[in-house]
Amino acid sequence: MPPATASQTIGPYWHLLEDAAWADLTRFGAAGEIITLSGRVIDGEGQMLTDACVEIWQAEPAAGETFGGFGRAATDDDGCFRFTTIKPGPLPGPGNSRQAPHIALTILARGLLFHLATRVYFSGEPGNEEDPVLRMIPPERRQTLLARPAGAGRWHIDIFLQGAHETVFLAI
Amino acid sequence: MSLLDLPFRPYAPGSQPDNDTPAYRSTRLRHPLRPLLRIPQTVTERTGPVFAPARFPAISNLAVNNGKEALGERIIVAGHVRDEDGRKLPGTMLEIWQANAAGRYNHARDQHDAPLDPDFSGAGRVFTDAEGGYRFVTVKPGAYPWGNHPNAWRPNHIHFSLFGPGYATRLITQMYFPGDPLLALDPIFLATAEAEARNRLVAVFDLAITEPNVALGYRFDIVLRGRQATPMED
Repeated sequence: MPPATASQTIGPYWHLLEDAAWADLTRFGAAGEIITLSGRVIDGEGQMLTDACVEIWQAEPAAGETFGGFGRAATDDDGCFRFTTIKPGPLPGPGNSRQAPHIALTILARGLLFHLATRVYFSGEPGNEEDPVLRMIPPERRQTLLARPAGAGRWHIDIFLQGAHETVFLAI
Repeated sequence: MSLLDLPFRPYAPGSQPDNDTPAYRSTRLRHPLRPLLRIPQTVTERTGPVFAPARFPAISNLAVNNGKEALGERIIVAGHVRDEDGRKLPGTMLEIWQANAAGRYNHARDQHDAPLDPDFSGAGRVFTDAEGGYRFVTVKPGAYPWGNHPNAWRPNHIHFSLFGPGYATRLITQMYFPGDPLLALDPIFLATAEAEARNRLVAVFDLAITEPNVALGYRFDIVLRGRQATPMED
């Protein structure tokens, strides 16, 4: 077989797919600690992306009838996205390591020929110090993956595509 | 050792476009300047969302909306989804979206001065069968201008979104049409370095998919990442 099919940009008109309900991962009746995860996506000149598609995936809690683990949201006219989900717990990592609670996050947009993958961790979570992925990142850039608390049950993270505050993006 | 324990293989060099592609102007302020950090694939990357047709109903005929026929040349698009090891991938969800036959998206931000078709929404969703095969009916999308450079036109294309067996197999791509003179001028199509890799984005006319007195058929086969032969030591 040939190599994997080439990626192409999702473009500016991907909203034809959009179903706003997909931003709520609890919509099938999931139980647990419900949180909102909001954020902005920002380009190399500090402009908000208002046409991006943001997707999240979490392997914890395990997917089932009431929780699919996957969400999709558009950035709005202010460049903001917002998900409602269940706060994940820790997961096993490579070897005997333990991964801190995290959510995988993907940016797809006009101008991105290949989607960008990163992870969202929770600021102040005790397991962050031992997380095998965070430990691969130079300490001064680790905070680019940390959501900050923004009120009860609310977390916020800004994603910088370029520049001094550039988010750490992952090859997975 | 099950298949799920085997990590996905890295992408083959030249098979994927580089986000730093100056000819595609919108990349300029959106591509990261620092290299990606390669991480070991954990359960987060090796598993992925599962979409059941019962919850995400298929829409396999884009050419008919509310019982009314869309305008344009009706076509059939079909193919198989496999991984790089040739494994068929049944139950894979494909999302599709496209411009109408006049080259206009049913989207508020599309300001191209071409007619909208009230009987064409331009979005669909299909699932692969037990053999990894999929099929949908639509109308051939029109070319349209865009602002990338003077007199820039996107070739006719259909957008595809697939998930596959893991978060790490996510694919967003575009299917093009054979013989389109705009392909040689399109910075998005040309962004993939290997000609063999980008030419696989061009569907093939297929008389076996073509239905007499109904529609021309195009074959578009899709390959997702395969697995490492042996698990990598993490």
